Amino acid sequence: MTATAPIGLSDLRSFLHGLPGVDKVGVEARAAALGTRSVKTSSKAKAIDLAIRMVDLTTLEGADTPGKVRALCAKGRRPDPADPSCPPVAAICVYPAMVPVAAAALAGSGVHLASVATAFPSGQAPLEVKLADTRAAVAAGADEVDMVISRGAFLAGDYAKVFDEIVAVKEACGGAHLKVILETGELATYDNVRRASWLAMLAGADFIKTSTGKVAVNATLPITLVMLEAVRDFRERYGRQIGVKPAGGIKNTKDAIKYLVLINETVGDDWLSPDWFRFGASSLLNDLLMQRTKLTTGHYAGPDYFTLD
Amino acid sequence: MFEYAPAPESRSVVSLDSSYGLFIDGAFDPAREGGTFKTVNPASEEVLAEVASAGPEDVDRAVAAARRAFGQWSALPGSERAKYLFRIARIIQERSRELAVLESLDNGKPIRESRDVDLPLVAAHFFYYAGWADKLAYAGFGPDPRPIGVAGQVIPWNFPLLMLAWKIAPALATGNTVVLKPAETTPLSALFFADVCRQAELPPGVVNIVTGAGDTGAYLVAHPDVDKVAFTGSTEVGREIARTVAGTGKRLSLELGGKAANIVFDDAPIDQAVEGIVNGIFFNQGHVCCAGSRLLVQESVAQELLESLKRRMSTLRLGDPLDKNTDIGAINSAAQLARITELTEIGGQEGAERWSPACELPDRGFWFAPTIFTGVTQAHRIAREEIFGPVLSVLTFRTPAEAIEKANNTPYGLSAGVWTEKGSQILAVADKLRAGVVWANTFNKFDPASPFGGYKESGYGREGGRHGLEAYLA
Repeated sequence: MTATAPIGLSDLRSFLHGLPGVDKVGVEARAAALGTRSVKTSSKAKAIDLAIRMVDLTTLEGADTPGKVRALCAKGRRPDPADPSCPPVAAICVYPAMVPVAAAALAGSGVHLASVATAFPSGQAPLEVKLADTRAAVAAGADEVDMVISRGAFLAGDYAKVFDEIVAVKEACGGAHLKVILETGELATYDNVRRASWLAMLAGADFIKTSTGKVAVNATLPITLVMLEAVRDFRERYGRQIGVKPAGGIKNTKDAIKYLVLINETVGDDWLSPDWFRFGASSLLNDLLMQRTKLTTGHYAGPDYFTLD
Repeated sequence: MFEYAPAPESRSVVSLDSSYGLFIDGAFDPAREGGTFKTVNPASEEVLAEVASAGPEDVDRAVAAARRAFGQWSALPGSERAKYLFRIARIIQERSRELAVLESLDNGKPIRESRDVDLPLVAAHFFYYAGWADKLAYAGFGPDPRPIGVAGQVIPWNFPLLMLAWKIAPALATGNTVVLKPAETTPLSALFFADVCRQAELPPGVVNIVTGAGDTGAYLVAHPDVDKVAFTGSTEVGREIARTVAGTGKRLSLELGGKAANIVFDDAPIDQAVEGIVNGIFFNQGHVCCAGSRLLVQESVAQELLESLKRRMSTLRLGDPLDKNTDIGAINSAAQLARITELTEIGGQEGAERWSPACELPDRGFWFAPTIFTGVTQAHRIAREEIFGPVLSVLTFRTPAEAIEKANNTPYGLSAGVWTEKGSQILAVADKLRAGVVWANTFNKFDPASPFGGYKESGYGREGGRHGLEAYLA
């Protein structure tokens, strides 16, 4: 147990199951209602720039090569070559093997380098392998680590195992920030999402993240809403602020803005920053750029006006 | 803070005339006596239009038109009446943007609610009762249920168009003809509905709209040729109507005030309960007869819940009703604002603790910040009287039995809410609550298929659903 969590490991189960329940109908209705907020003109321009600064520009393919990763890093540093006022993204997110390439490409840019360590995306590997994965990524220059939890252990009720793994990975991270991927689509219920969020935070996560992007259900507004409520309640109780990262399936500006509205009206200002909120996305950026250009020029430019990766 | 830029709905979608007559026998007609009155936008106090005030002679003409039309309308096969109702429902959908803007202009309610709640429900009610029109023989009221005749209907200002739909749709589906009096402060959407009736080529006289104040309503209710009276509004006026109608043989249904208990148990889904409380009392500025205006919280979670509630209330956006991001609009009239102000002052004097979020009120118009009173007991007036505004009284309880006892300890009985993760608790508590509607883990949800109405001083008769047909069948 970390210093901030005054509950014993043996009480973990009763603690997690004693959290307030989540009513499915209610949370989905609330997320849908916030989704109808109208964000236009000046507030839309601000939202787009903020969303760009929150993007973890990601490539997680078996086919990733140094060339592909270098191209992505260049894009992250300068998303819109035609407009120097366009801010850089928050981070580039790659597999551990690609970290050295990305580290070189990002040197001096201020763009963070995140790596999905710990046997991403299944998490089905011995702990030693996960830790080695993590250490290698950090040693190669990653300052953020996105780990996956053992959903199998969580669903089997073995909370202590999940907890211990997070603690161990956090330790292996050293100074790097730890984002804990809950893979909410596999946790199936909102109650589980809330419990897993608390479990990860108690174990020392710096960020909680919805998904790997590799399963059928990835980030959704109601799931993110539940996680935001969890980080809000956690800070109230333990005084420590945790970040949130929805990932997978957020493809356009309209959707991204809905997430910003959700933060705005659930946890407020304190989380409206790339330090505390990220979008795990690969295709979102170009739509943000397209909308950004539309706001300044009044016209939509075709896809060929924005870089491929 | 991430400030949303203003996103006002364009009011140019509605073209308003400077004055409106009465809708009698299929035509607009100035009042022959009684003069006119002005209807204002409560958000700006701007005069929207001048409206005819119907006197006794005008009401006579409207009732006579409805009587003439009754013979033909009631003789139509149900499937033919259904066609008209379906047509009206579709026209409402087509003109819903116009109607939503109009409703927000005249009533002060946020466009988000008129657009996303009121108008869809209005259309749904016409669709729903259109479906019943040719199936009355299978509704469980005998093999050949007959219409009553001419219905005199008086509706309130909180949901002008929705209350019109609740009244007119079942009346027409069952073969009755109607004379409807909308509220004095919100007559415009009913007059637009008259235009919808013309567009649908509804036979003249089937629907008549007479505008005016309380006197007009009183003439209508007392009119000897009205067979059925339907009223939604205050308990005080409801009593008067019951006295007037008593002994005349007229049929009567009343949907009156409420002081609903919203009960939160300690195992409730807290975040959703907070949403439900907000929706229960701040929806439509609390101008809802079934509003959850009495929050009963189990003592063990009261503090935690109240902190969450206050935090949530701080995010409510009050202002221009036509802005799509507005959550709380204007109070409907100066008179209503005065009443809310008076009752909340009494709450403070009686020792309850008052709290409102930091909230800037516009300079013009009628506004009241969302307010909660904590430390309220059953002995406080704010716990007993209907305030009909964005004011919540918070009481606590210790056991389920106490919650039920307190919830039922009211002269009213329109609605109630129960929040708990325990299914058996929901069933056990709902069964013992003396209220027409009990919502479980939700609040203020309406559906045309679901009957609605009260116990005790909340009135009698049911609207909506199959039960709603009964009020219009002999």
